Amino acid sequence: MNGFSAILKGMWTTFKSMFEGPVTIQYPEVKRPVRRRFKGRHELKRYENGLEKCIGCSLCAAACPADAIFVEASENTDEQRFSPGERYASTYEINMLRCIFCGYCEDACPTEAIILGDNYELSFTDRAQSIYTREKLLNPVGPSGQATPQQVPAGMFDRSIPVMVDPD
Amino acid sequence: MTLQQVELTSDDLRHLVSQRALDGETVLLNMGPQHPSTHGVLRLLLELDGETVVNCIPDIGFLHTGIEKNIEAKTYEKSEVMTDRLDYLNTMGNNLVYCLAIEKLVDLDVPARAQTIRILFTELQRIASHLVWLGTAALDLAAMSVFLYCFRERERILDMMEMASGQRMMTTYFRPGGLWRDLPEEFIPTLEQFLDDLPARIDQYEDLLTHNPIFIDRTKGIGVLTEEQALGYSITGPTLRGSGIAYDIRRAHPYAGYENYEFDIITEEGGDCYARYLVRIREMRESIRIIRQAIARLEDGPVRSNNRKFVPPPRSELGTSMEAVIHHFKLWTEGFPAPADSVYVPVESPRGELGVFLEGDGGPKPYRCYWRTPSFVNLQVLPLLSKGHFVADLVAIIGSIDIVLGDTDR
Ligand code: SF4
Ligand code: SF4
Repeated sequence: MNGFSAILKGMWTTFKSMFEGPVTIQYPEVKRPVRRRFKGRHELKRYENGLEKCIGCSLCAAACPADAIFVEASENTDEQRFSPGERYASTYEINMLRCIFCGYCEDACPTEAIILGDNYELSFTDRAQSIYTREKLLNPVGPSGQATPQQVPAGMFDRSIPVMVDPD
Repeated sequence: MTLQQVELTSDDLRHLVSQRALDGETVLLNMGPQHPSTHGVLRLLLELDGETVVNCIPDIGFLHTGIEKNIEAKTYEKSEVMTDRLDYLNTMGNNLVYCLAIEKLVDLDVPARAQTIRILFTELQRIASHLVWLGTAALDLAAMSVFLYCFRERERILDMMEMASGQRMMTTYFRPGGLWRDLPEEFIPTLEQFLDDLPARIDQYEDLLTHNPIFIDRTKGIGVLTEEQALGYSITGPTLRGSGIAYDIRRAHPYAGYENYEFDIITEEGGDCYARYLVRIREMRESIRIIRQAIARLEDGPVRSNNRKFVPPPRSELGTSMEAVIHHFKLWTEGFPAPADSVYVPVESPRGELGVFLEGDGGPKPYRCYWRTPSFVNLQVLPLLSKGHFVADLVAIIGSIDIVLGDTDR
């Protein structure tokens, strides 16, 4: 192939691509939906009755390779119950400047309390805002649940780890 | 050609500036570390005689992350997330070599399905890496469209990685003993669609470049690396194969089951930038071939070893078995111990021989972890290749040896 026809062929290639639709997306007006397994901003989950899934075991903090999580646990009582089982996380903080969104916390959590959600639009204007507290991370109470702490009959919740299915 | 035949004099290895620079006859010029064509943060100290490069001294370390040292401070499984961040265009390959090293050190089995998926993803990653290389190296030579086209296809690979692992780049999808999770069901149809489209796309890049006289002028005969030099500098990967030496670790020291796959080792004669370009283009087609074989081999089965001393139990067991809870807590807090022994595992990364030396001390953290990274070793030939060429050609040469600075500096 001589040089001239090679250049023509190249130009023909770019010319044709004018008639293929654009592959770009007008972010932020249009957003690409994330995949099911996407690892975005964390969420702390609740059970349907409103109790928090987190039992304050600190396993997520131990598993975190970036040491981004800080957990402090307190005792549940039947008058002031936050989660099933003995304890709940009275302090739960994730430093989003340290987090690398690896998902190890989700893998390590024995109660499926912490899940990496779909939100990837994290921004803050100073370092203090990068620390996401328990209040920020905790999901709102669902329609069939009550807010925590709840007052419950004695001996109703004695099991910390629920029966779960393997995630997909 | 064996190593014994290679003879290098001390002059070949001297890259210091000449007396003429000290006398003011030639000019010393800094290129980088923020120069766009240095593919990251590579700084070059150039000694120029007019436009001609007399000497070129690479200065690395601007992207030093201390990952090797950091790995010693974390358990085997936790430190894997850092391997993604070494060569960020070959994240799956880095995971693979690290997992292989751990598995060899502690003697852990990997199920057949996991092996196949590992190969599938490393080859997909090779295509993605070559696409980025092709796009950026062509962009350095002012071929803008190629860059856009390559990234269009790479995006689809990243999307598939997001599908499987939840992350587009920093996947950590391979774990010691297998994989994080099995492939999602929509994955294989997406992949097959992609494999059907890709050959035509590669033809498109070739239409733009392979016979283009401007591209040929800029790359043919530029940065010639002879066989002797390539062996003498222990160059590996497409850069070596561009000099006509058929050496590929996938064939020479098969790992992860590569011995069962049919593929050709691509070589080109010439050793110049153009030969290296052709090698990478043809390697993409070879990778498609390997992925198709991997899809055909996929059989149902577990994707992670069942050895509870090393692999945390599945979540469904946690609510029903006390033993599973104990293993789960122990593995996520303490990790697993590895014997006081050392292993070295090499794999063929898109850039060449990527090796991990891992030494255990009986505890749950590595005593020492050393990475033999292809970018670091291949960068050594840059002074040799660039001597006597124009500054503009130097840009083509940097592009053609395909360095990733995260890999070089680690
Ligand atoms: S996603 Fe990874 S880095 Fe972030 S908090 Fe969880 S374990 Fe830590
Ligand atoms: S989020 Fe999970 S792992 Fe972390 S403290 Fe709560 S229950 Fe434990």
